[in-house]
Amino acid sequence: MSMLAFNSGVYAGGQLDDLAERMQRRAQTTPPGMCPVTLALAALEQSAEQTCGKCVPCREGLPLLAQKVRAIAECRATERDFQETLQLAHVIADASDCAIGWQAARDFLYSTEAYAAEYASHIDRHACLPGTGQSVPCETECPAHVNVPGYIALAAQGDLAGTIAMIRKDNPFPTACGYVCEHPCEAHCRRRLIDAPINIRGIKKYAVDGVAADTVPTPEALPASGRSVAVVGAGPSGLTAAYFLALMGHHVDVFEARKQLGGMMRYGIPAYRFPREKLDQDIRAILGAGDIDVHCEAPVDAARMAELSAGHDAVYVAVGAQGGKMLDLPGADAEGVMSAVDLLTRIGDGDYPDFTGKRVVVIGGGNVAMDCARTSVRAGAASVQVAYRRRIDDMTALRTEIDSAMQEGVEILMLQSPERIEVDEAGHCTALVTQPQFIGAVKRGRPAPQKASKPPLRIPADVVLIAVGQAIESAPFEEAGMEADRARFIATPQLKAAGSLPNVFVGGDCQLGPKTVILAVGAGKVAARNIDEFMGYHHTLNIDVEAPSPRPNDRQAYGRVEVHERLPHERRCDFEGVELGMSEEEALQECGRCLRCDHYGSGAMLGGRKQYV
Amino acid sequence: MSNENLVHVTIDGCEVCAPAGETILHAALRANIQIPRLCALGNDAGVGMCRVCVVEVKGQDALVTACNTPVAEGMEISTHGERVEASRRMSLSLILAEHGLNSTNYCFSCRKNGDCQLQAVCNALGVTEPAYPIPAQDKPHRDSNPFLEFDPNLCIRCQRCVVACNERACNHTLHTAKRGARLTIEAPFGPDWDTTGCESCGCCAAACPTGALIEKRRATYRSWEVEPTLTTCPHCGVGCQLELLVKDNRVVDTRAYHGASNKGLLCVKGRSASFDFVRSGDRLTTPLIKNHDTGEFEPASWDDALDLVARRFTELREEYGGEALAAFACSRSTDEDIYMLEKMARTAFHTNNVDNCARV
Ligand code: SF4
Ligand code: SF4
Ligand code: SF4
Ligand code: SF4
Ligand code: SF4
Ligand code: FES
Repeated sequence: MSMLAFNSGVYAGGQLDDLAERMQRRAQTTPPGMCPVTLALAALEQSAEQTCGKCVPCREGLPLLAQKVRAIAECRATERDFQETLQLAHVIADASDCAIGWQAARDFLYSTEAYAAEYASHIDRHACLPGTGQSVPCETECPAHVNVPGYIALAAQGDLAGTIAMIRKDNPFPTACGYVCEHPCEAHCRRRLIDAPINIRGIKKYAVDGVAADTVPTPEALPASGRSVAVVGAGPSGLTAAYFLALMGHHVDVFEARKQLGGMMRYGIPAYRFPREKLDQDIRAILGAGDIDVHCEAPVDAARMAELSAGHDAVYVAVGAQGGKMLDLPGADAEGVMSAVDLLTRIGDGDYPDFTGKRVVVIGGGNVAMDCARTSVRAGAASVQVAYRRRIDDMTALRTEIDSAMQEGVEILMLQSPERIEVDEAGHCTALVTQPQFIGAVKRGRPAPQKASKPPLRIPADVVLIAVGQAIESAPFEEAGMEADRARFIATPQLKAAGSLPNVFVGGDCQLGPKTVILAVGAGKVAARNIDEFMGYHHTLNIDVEAPSPRPNDRQAYGRVEVHERLPHERRCDFEGVELGMSEEEALQECGRCLRCDHYGSGAMLGGRKQYV
Repeated sequence: MSNENLVHVTIDGCEVCAPAGETILHAALRANIQIPRLCALGNDAGVGMCRVCVVEVKGQDALVTACNTPVAEGMEISTHGERVEASRRMSLSLILAEHGLNSTNYCFSCRKNGDCQLQAVCNALGVTEPAYPIPAQDKPHRDSNPFLEFDPNLCIRCQRCVVACNERACNHTLHTAKRGARLTIEAPFGPDWDTTGCESCGCCAAACPTGALIEKRRATYRSWEVEPTLTTCPHCGVGCQLELLVKDNRVVDTRAYHGASNKGLLCVKGRSASFDFVRSGDRLTTPLIKNHDTGEFEPASWDDALDLVARRFTELREEYGGEALAAFACSRSTDEDIYMLEKMARTAFHTNNVDNCARV
């Protein structure tokens, strides 16, 4: 009898994980702008190598399908070839035994639907869709197209003022983005091929912590044009537009309904995440850039909007999405129940609530829900619980926000769908009652919760905060002639507002739905550029900063330096900033990892970069 | 069979009662519904390679293979229709795309031509020409074994040979080298064939649906030139059933028959070693008696020969008694002959010393 060997499988038991992990990082580093057909091809070729060789459709079909898709990718295929390719894929999807085979074909078929226009272009025009082509990942995926490699190189030289100037070339909110940006620029950072994406936001924070933004002079404004533009809403989008318009030499009138400037950066994001004195540094620099007049506590109604349109050469509407959505729950009008937006707005003007001894329950799973929960902790609540319909993994809040909240003692009750709020005789809420859920099939890209056969859960609550989204307050603007659909203003890709007012542009949350600071900044910049063109100019801005020449790439793999927060037991007691930031040695190592994709690779080619200015 | 072990399904609208665990294919065959197939071997559930046997089962989003999917209560199965047929034809086209048709001049020189299941199924399903370009193949044959040869160019990797060698013949000699898309059949017929465990039983060749793995004997005839005669293997006492294939009044090959004891299998002796002697020039065609003067055997008549044998045995019995004699029969003899020999031993030799070599 032959003896058994223990753990004898060849390349079994995770032995290939090292190679698979590298492959996975390569897939995650897919450069923006790549042709989706070539990605589908790469996936098919990989699947063809994963076949075990048992069934014909997978073993013979996948290599053949890959060959056919290669012909499509190389724009050699005809419509008939394409139809035959689809037929072959359908049979592989239908008749292979296991998911290695059928899911490979389904993934390909998915790509033909999700990227139908690209496939059609390959077949009909024998070319990729116009604009397809790789570009510098970080710079492209930053909605404001900030020159990331440039500012990282400046930071590496210790030139923090230069860093801020380089960021400001595209984004007048270096401080806000250093503190609270969701950093889409990091998602496909090429450095991940070696180890992990550069901590781009962390480096920016290092710069604005080292040198206050308002001590770095803004470029000199161009000579006055004699034109004037009204900006409605002084959030990140409106102030960005104001900044660039002022630099171009235009006069800008900014109208803000609230007491202070900053929009959601002041009235949405809590101070512990973005200390107010840091916000004020960005705003001071912006207001100093040129001919900007600020009008606070100046809400714009329909009549005023019509006047602005008539009295200015152009108007930029960037009023954000500041209305708190409420849930249609029985008891939602009880005392103690409020929307997240109301709470955070009060805090924006320094009116901190006192939740001492109270049991707080937050409904929602986004960043705003985490902001409310962490704020409640700081406001002295006896307990803070977050009730969410799905699982923690399904929350839209950043994972780091969720983790930080939990470290501060916030409990997350997942898979709880709010049913009603219990109210006592005095009209005060006493509990949130939820119906437990279980997670089910994926619908429209997300796993959908469904009712579990469990009894309702009663969560005692003195305060219930509802953080289930924001809405825009569009009524006065619609009355004045702007068009909105499902609570968003309608605009062309150039941000020209739809409707009867001829000279109005619109952007930011009020046009995109509630999104991020950096998207609002990107929109503000595009609006400023297009308003300039609209008024008949084509101004080129003064930019007195240049990216240093690159050093050879450091190919040694490193760990990524993370930005840490103060200890939970300390930070949970005050509203001071929570983040500690990088030390100089950490920042230098982090900067040294940047591969300078503006210089090496596609960034060196004409068209290899995505820049607005 | 008790009722709770029966499941009820409909196949193409016919209600069929089947024992739980039976495959869709066999339930259909019992109901006289044919499902085309290529890689399923006999009654066992197949590995499901060729996907030619796919059928539609109501409520399932993908097609299922009839040869290895067990029936389940209430299944509504449909064995044809556009989706099923398109899928079968595509699978056959894919098989042809790896089949080295160029190496046989598109079947012309293939020894299996006319007896090939790939050819037959393609014809039945209307796949009359390859849908994809056939890559030219010229991989070396493995043909050192005296009885068998393997042509990798024609192998469709259906693995019927693997099942035959490992699960039927239980010789565990023929394996796959499992390398995904490059999966190969390691037929043990190379130069080192005589050091492998291969017994040359030929069960693999009998299982192969194509001309890839064949008995070399096939070179001497074409399938339509032979007449089968069912017989029992004369080699040992197991009683395997086989057909002798006769061309122009000569036995040219054997074919295993599904007999009670051999279930379609044969060993090397039954398959390859029990008929060539029929036409051998060395065969005795008349009795021979040794001439004591010259020491040579000389032809004799049957009467002379039998008289001599009878006289000598009688003399031995008279002189030493019946216990000095014994009768030992050859296992290749028929039952009737052996019975007569035993009868003669007891009545004429006066002995119970009888035996037979049928203990293989
Ligand atoms: S579908 Fe699965 S079982 Fe069939 S060949 Fe592919 S990997 Fe093997
Ligand atoms: S390595 Fe540097 S330049 Fe390249 S994507 Fe990452 S941050 Fe950008
Ligand atoms: S194995 Fe069959 S299909 Fe292949 S060449 Fe021979 S006869 Fe033709
Ligand atoms: S001849 Fe018999 S033992 Fe040899 S490989 Fe074929 S089935 Fe196996
Ligand atoms: S040798 Fe014949 S039975 Fe074996 S896998 Fe190849 S085609 Fe199938
Ligand atoms: S006969 Fe069923 S898969 Fe081949």
